[in-house]
Amino acid sequence: MSTELVLLAVLMGAATWPSRGLPMLVPGIDHLPARARAYLELVGPAILATLAAVNVFVVIDAERNPSFHVGIEWLAVSACVGLMVARRGLLVGTVVAALIAALARAAGFA
Amino acid sequence: MTAGVAPDPVGASRRRLVLDGLGIIATAGGFGLVYGLAARGAGFSPIEASAMSVIVFAGAAQFAAVGYVLGGFSWLGVVVLTAFLNARHVLYSAALAPYLAEVPRPIRAVLAHLLTDEAFALSIAHFRRIGRADLWGYWWAAIVTTFIPWNLATLAGVLIGGQIPDPGRFGLDVIFPAAMAGLAVGFVTGRRELVAAISGAVIGVAVGLAWDPAAGIMAGGLLGPLLGLLTPPGRDEHRREASIDLALTLDVPSQDRDPR
Repeated sequence: MSTELVLLAVLMGAATWPSRGLPMLVPGIDHLPARARAYLELVGPAILATLAAVNVFVVIDAERNPSFHVGIEWLAVSACVGLMVARRGLLVGTVVAALIAALARAAGFA
Repeated sequence: MTAGVAPDPVGASRRRLVLDGLGIIATAGGFGLVYGLAARGAGFSPIEASAMSVIVFAGAAQFAAVGYVLGGFSWLGVVVLTAFLNARHVLYSAALAPYLAEVPRPIRAVLAHLLTDEAFALSIAHFRRIGRADLWGYWWAAIVTTFIPWNLATLAGVLIGGQIPDPGRFGLDVIFPAAMAGLAVGFVTGRRELVAAISGAVIGVAVGLAWDPAAGIMAGGLLGPLLGLLTPPGRDEHRREASIDLALTLDVPSQDRDPR
């Protein structure tokens, strides 16, 4: 059984860990100025919304060329957001989103 | 008169974390299977495919690597692309860092390896609800909802082969963006968070279309909070910031910040 690519995995892991680990390990991260703390508090909502929007609206082909996409995913994610605003819980929201996408695709709408 | 039982905010938040993570488990499992299948198609052995999922543990970079290995791309190119695709983790790590400052460094180093989009989203939502770190919550978000299903599914995909239906048929592909958007809603407690979320999303899509989705995520995550900071806070936000500053000035005793 081939193990040649295990070394590539180690190199890829080594390229990934610094971005995951260094900010957590920097000394004095808990003594940041108030402005920096306020910035970091806003990273959560910004990056989660960005992840959702980019996943829904940007698709890439095999050569990683991006293109704009509007499909049933937009409606499904909006339904989840609406359910969260109505305090129905994330599990209900994600199940409803998956059902909308699955049913629309089964019916040939997407 | 009977004494009332004090509510347990940590327990309640952990229960919510477990429920919130169920959809993520399904997504990690579904796409782990697809990754395993793709890796098998590209000629990866089960050991190689699993090594990627254990050591790299980053879906987008792993899928890209399968494509580039299949296309005969140089290893150096794959490693540079991996660093680029995973650069967004800098933001996750920085946002979690103030909560984890009391955790011993060797444990933080392990936590970092397990940091993914999903682990960040679930754990920071949990930390914000309880106002401090909770290692149990982080392990749950990172290992139980993501690492274990992703790795088991990778192994299943690479061993079972072509008998796996497309996860998109079951709508599993929308669970990830739906969960991210839903968790973002939970963060919006004022005008600044709303501006950060909306502007981050718009910038992310624009940069993603102009360049690359990974660059879009970085741009939205970096610039959204800046625009949020430039937004004048509402009256309630002023009061909340003042109370946070007061708590920090009073220097909460360290046992109250115990991350266990």
